[in-house]
Amino acid sequence: MTVLFGVFLLTLLVITALAIVRTQHLFAAVILTGVFSLLMAANFFLLDAADVALTEAAIGAGISTVLFLSALALTGEYERAGSTNRLLALGVVAVTTLLVIYATFDKPRFGDPEAPVHQHVAPWYLERTPELIGIPNVVTAVLGSFRGYDTLGEVFVVFTAGIGIVFLFGARRQRKPEALRSVIGELGEGLRHYLVPRVVGRLLIPFILLFGLYVQFHGEYGPGGGFQAGAIVAAAFILYALLEGEAQALRVLPTRVLTGLVAGGALLYGAVGVAGILLGGNFLDYSVLASDPIAGQHLGLLLIEAGVGITVTGVLLSVFHAFAGRGHI
Amino acid sequence: MELLGLYHYWVFAILLMIGFYAVIAKPNLIKKLIGLSIFQSAVFLLYITMDKVEGGTAPIIQDGVVDPLYSNPLPQVLILTAIVVSISTTALGLGIVVRIKEEYGSIEEHEIQETDRR
Repeated sequence: MTVLFGVFLLTLLVITALAIVRTQHLFAAVILTGVFSLLMAANFFLLDAADVALTEAAIGAGISTVLFLSALALTGEYERAGSTNRLLALGVVAVTTLLVIYATFDKPRFGDPEAPVHQHVAPWYLERTPELIGIPNVVTAVLGSFRGYDTLGEVFVVFTAGIGIVFLFGARRQRKPEALRSVIGELGEGLRHYLVPRVVGRLLIPFILLFGLYVQFHGEYGPGGGFQAGAIVAAAFILYALLEGEAQALRVLPTRVLTGLVAGGALLYGAVGVAGILLGGNFLDYSVLASDPIAGQHLGLLLIEAGVGITVTGVLLSVFHAFAGRGHI
Repeated sequence: MELLGLYHYWVFAILLMIGFYAVIAKPNLIKKLIGLSIFQSAVFLLYITMDKVEGGTAPIIQDGVVDPLYSNPLPQVLILTAIVVSISTTALGLGIVVRIKEEYGSIEEHEIQETDRR
């Protein structure tokens, strides 16, 4: 049954991808990428990657679609017909596909417990996590503690991308928020005059925020963590901006608060690492943060996950406002 | 199971190349970025395919389970962070596209090149 479902999802993925590339209506293509991401998330779930599925659903199907649509509003909905060197491109793609497929025959059997990828550090992580970190979710333990350096690096990449967008679009115009024209709904009114989306949307926002906090703080015990929670909380505020207009959303969370969130989260993560050094351990070694190493690990994970969540929320919202506040060209 | 595994790998190859085709053959810059994100998703799929252990379950440790078998957490960690980074870089790319539209009045490759030649 699972096999059948897997094949079904994978086939749908290919069909959706083909439709995305073929259509000349970019709006349709963007909506189809949302469908694509949701199918991908379901597929990740079948492959036992619950954390990744949650991330893909929140980011790929939610935030990414909104960002693409805001960019489309500024650049135009249709692409010109005709592609450059179509036959050459098709030839290159066909040959490469055959080469990659040929290479897959050498790969280990799907689900093989003896595959090289399962032999190296992974068993060690699974075996030692309860004893060294004391939390059930091994993905969070590896992400936050064993490979904390990697995650710190990723947070700084997200941070840098946020800064990059702010630089690209220059400083915000100095006019009052009321005067800002928003691309989401004419004159930044949002969907204020549409009763049904407004009532239903406003009802949903508190639950989305609650779910975001649950995903944030339950990440050590179930699927979840800072990256997913950050995206979900950002989605709640983006929904608010769509319903009430961008200006109102900026009154709730002003740009300077967002900038503070972007920098503050990354700073919190780094500060936890430095605190480890000051207390006599290594950089990002949480065991020394409390008298008991396990309690220290718990405290460290809680703090760095909060840092990740804050930065991701800040960056996604800053990027959204940067696009939405740009106005028509 | 054998066939399903190979099917996963083939879908990876096909998605990878659909994305690649959009990047090299489509003149519209937004379409190129969409192609790039399909390309990225295909790579994510390959990594997550590798994490599966036959008969295993998600790597969340439960007490009282006799002889538990978990899938590999490591590829999941790598891809989890990669997804968040990919949305950040895509957003940056979209920002650049919007700036190009503002400066050149177009996001079609050949029109931008024509403007540059003038």
